[in-house]
Amino acid sequence: MATGHFIEGIAGGRLSAEQYADNFSDLHPPLDHHEALVEADRCYFCYDAPCMNACPTSIDIPLFIRQIATGNPLGSAKTIFDQNILGGMCARVCPTETLCEEVCVREVAEGKPVQIGRLQRYATDVAMDEGKQFYKRAEPTGKTVAVVGAGPAGLAAAHRLARHGHDVTILEARPKAGGLNEYGIAAYKSVDDFAQAEVDYVTAIGGIDIQNGKALGRDFQLSDLIRNYDAVFLGLGLGGVNALRAEGEDTDGVANAVEFIAELRQASDLSSLPVGRRVVVIGGGMTAIDAAVQSKLLGAEEVTICYRRGQEHMNASGFEQDLAAANGVTIRHWLQPKRVIAENGKVSAIELEYTAMNGDKLAGTGEMLRLNADQVFKAIGQSFVPAHLNGSVASIELDGGRIRIDAEGRTSLAKVWAGGDCIFGGDDLTVSAVAQGRDAAESIHRALTSNGRA
Amino acid sequence: MADIRNTFVGIKSPNPFWLASAPPTDKAYNVERAFKAGWGGVVWKTLGEEGPPVVNVNGPRYGAIWGADRRLLGLNNIELITDRDLQTNLREMKQVKMNWPDRALVASIMVPCEEESWKAILPLVEETGADGIELNFGCPHGMSERGMGSAVGQVPEYIEMVVRWCKQYTRMPVITKLTPNITDIRKPARAAKAGGTDAVSLINTINSITGVDLDSFAPQPTIDGKGSHGGYCGPAVKPIAMNMVAEIARDPETHGLPISGIGGITTWRDAAEFMALGAGNVQVCTAAMTYGFKIVQEMIAGLENWMDEKGHASLSDIIGRATPNVTDWQYLNLNYVAKAHIDQDACIKCGRCHIACEDTSHQAITSMVDGVRHFEVIEAECVGCNLCVNVCPVEGCITMEPLAAGVLDQRTGIPVSPVYANWTTHPNNPMAKVAAE
Repeated sequence: MATGHFIEGIAGGRLSAEQYADNFSDLHPPLDHHEALVEADRCYFCYDAPCMNACPTSIDIPLFIRQIATGNPLGSAKTIFDQNILGGMCARVCPTETLCEEVCVREVAEGKPVQIGRLQRYATDVAMDEGKQFYKRAEPTGKTVAVVGAGPAGLAAAHRLARHGHDVTILEARPKAGGLNEYGIAAYKSVDDFAQAEVDYVTAIGGIDIQNGKALGRDFQLSDLIRNYDAVFLGLGLGGVNALRAEGEDTDGVANAVEFIAELRQASDLSSLPVGRRVVVIGGGMTAIDAAVQSKLLGAEEVTICYRRGQEHMNASGFEQDLAAANGVTIRHWLQPKRVIAENGKVSAIELEYTAMNGDKLAGTGEMLRLNADQVFKAIGQSFVPAHLNGSVASIELDGGRIRIDAEGRTSLAKVWAGGDCIFGGDDLTVSAVAQGRDAAESIHRALTSNGRA
Repeated sequence: MADIRNTFVGIKSPNPFWLASAPPTDKAYNVERAFKAGWGGVVWKTLGEEGPPVVNVNGPRYGAIWGADRRLLGLNNIELITDRDLQTNLREMKQVKMNWPDRALVASIMVPCEEESWKAILPLVEETGADGIELNFGCPHGMSERGMGSAVGQVPEYIEMVVRWCKQYTRMPVITKLTPNITDIRKPARAAKAGGTDAVSLINTINSITGVDLDSFAPQPTIDGKGSHGGYCGPAVKPIAMNMVAEIARDPETHGLPISGIGGITTWRDAAEFMALGAGNVQVCTAAMTYGFKIVQEMIAGLENWMDEKGHASLSDIIGRATPNVTDWQYLNLNYVAKAHIDQDACIKCGRCHIACEDTSHQAITSMVDGVRHFEVIEAECVGCNLCVNVCPVEGCITMEPLAAGVLDQRTGIPVSPVYANWTTHPNNPMAKVAAE
């Protein structure tokens, strides 16, 4: 069975069908009814609960857990959706270990937090499995809003706007809605096509028209939207991938981790998805971990993450690092890529330089390391591509290469709001994007109506 | 090693842990298992008079309430006295007593309130070699509708009358089991004593409905859509039982009357508490019905360990030790001042002490200090009520610290007086003024 591991180069079919299915099953299986009750009983119903304050969408966590414990999972789901209409996906992908569960008082007391994420999944699953819709649209306002991007920020904004009675059109460049939920999350975190089920659940409120294959700057211009709609929300995400700045970066076998992750999520047959025998991932964030772990799960023999700083600087949470280690991924620190080495036009190795802090500046030490590799993934961050925004109207002001917004989500352009990964000051989390989309929608609603009154 | 051998109204058992008269003691099979597990004695499930056996319902007999993680906190039952033939029970009791001569075997009895009925059954029981009898004046369901059980226990005159008959017709020690479904437990205890009882045992179960089925709108346990109040027991009733034990132990009229303590005893600690309040031994049922007979091993080892740690050589060193400290409210020292103190190292910052105090009490605990989540007692507001201690999920995190005499009570602005002073002498008490004049 292991022969597939040892096929040289980038190849598919390294594993048996059962192994693929097993490797890409639910990372955290859902809690069953009994497990949910036992876990819910652990919640202390804290005052001004730290978990709630740590949640970017401020879900009333003690209340929703108490509702599970008292046999009211639908009420629990509504408590969640009131704050976060994508609570189902957030339950699956939130790094709870650095958010709600990190500050759970039982984490403080026992090192074992209440499993808030899994309880949230339990409650939202009950509601979604029943197709229970909690919200009715307000009377139509006659106002129209364009939302660019059907990712978490755009969907959250669209739902809240539709609730308030506005008509929403979502313009999405990709063939499917969902954004990173559909294209950017490791497959074992969102099984059974959950991202699409969630899009359907969110849009079932009505008044939301999603148009796929519509890219800003290609199929329409910002000026069109400003002219044709009463308001515009930009939930663009990040279109660019940072370069390695290493020699030979264009060699066959060097790929973007985000594209690999997207391809994997869209693959109908995992065995057809080729992966290297020896894979090196450059980066230290969640994307690096997702790419590395999934390479391993696809049957790569040897997977190494190389990060240019120390373990304490990694953006990936401790849980994610442990997950990588548990899957047999090696994480190496203080290494930066210098040169991709090719053989017959294909990657055969990567040369890295050790680094160290020179004062407060990171510098190469001159000592080199060579790792054999037939596939190299770049996961050193993504960047916002602002070019699509401009040309048709006055430039939107940026900050740190991303869109600058005020406390309400307004950009420097009148009638235009923004949220999600494309804005400055965010933390690149699904749950934060949801909060920004939701809050921008409230701001839009206030602007389109007389301070919130239709 | 502490000696936990027990002698109760002359009945010897290797430890003070008896199984109460209830389903676990209905037949030889169960009792044999109990003795093998280490129980010191059993009170055999209540025998009725000869004749057609008692009939039980064929649906649910028990209801319950639960705490976190579905820990059983309270159980109720509508089972009646033994539904097995009297002769079968007597034969088994005799055999078991022969098999286990060092264990206590007491027969619980409930027959109609007629002298002839008691006169008839007592010799039959005595013939089994049983160590004593317990008069079931407590069961609150079923049998009480037929003038037995709690119907007797609620009328002190009947208690005295039946006890007198029993003392007259048997040489066995008589333990009178009392019902808690009564306003003043001292009255039936005094009546039992007046009738010549050797001891009382309490409490029997409490009238209760454990739940309502919200689909059928029927009380639980539900028999074909209907329910009846059942007898409540288990950890939830322990505080009620302990108060009743203490009331009898400290009543001048019954002081010294042996008491077998019953009601929610689950651990060695519960047993020690009952005994400290005046119980000479204890009887257990719900804990065994929840976890099986093996729990007695924890009870034995735990009691011995505690007694060794505290230097108590035998049970007589602990029985009744807390009784003198049970008093009336009017004698509590009003000059005693305690303040809550939160151990910041132990605090996990759940904030329950704050919200309990803020919403429902005296606004005496902070939630935020200098912009940081921080829970600390504001002594100038704290009345020492202990609510924060009770709602804190961390044992020992919040403690009540008494203020020493002379220390300023920041709430009242008055230094703590070293003098004991209670309500009977308090200036706000109109009765005290009358007394002073």
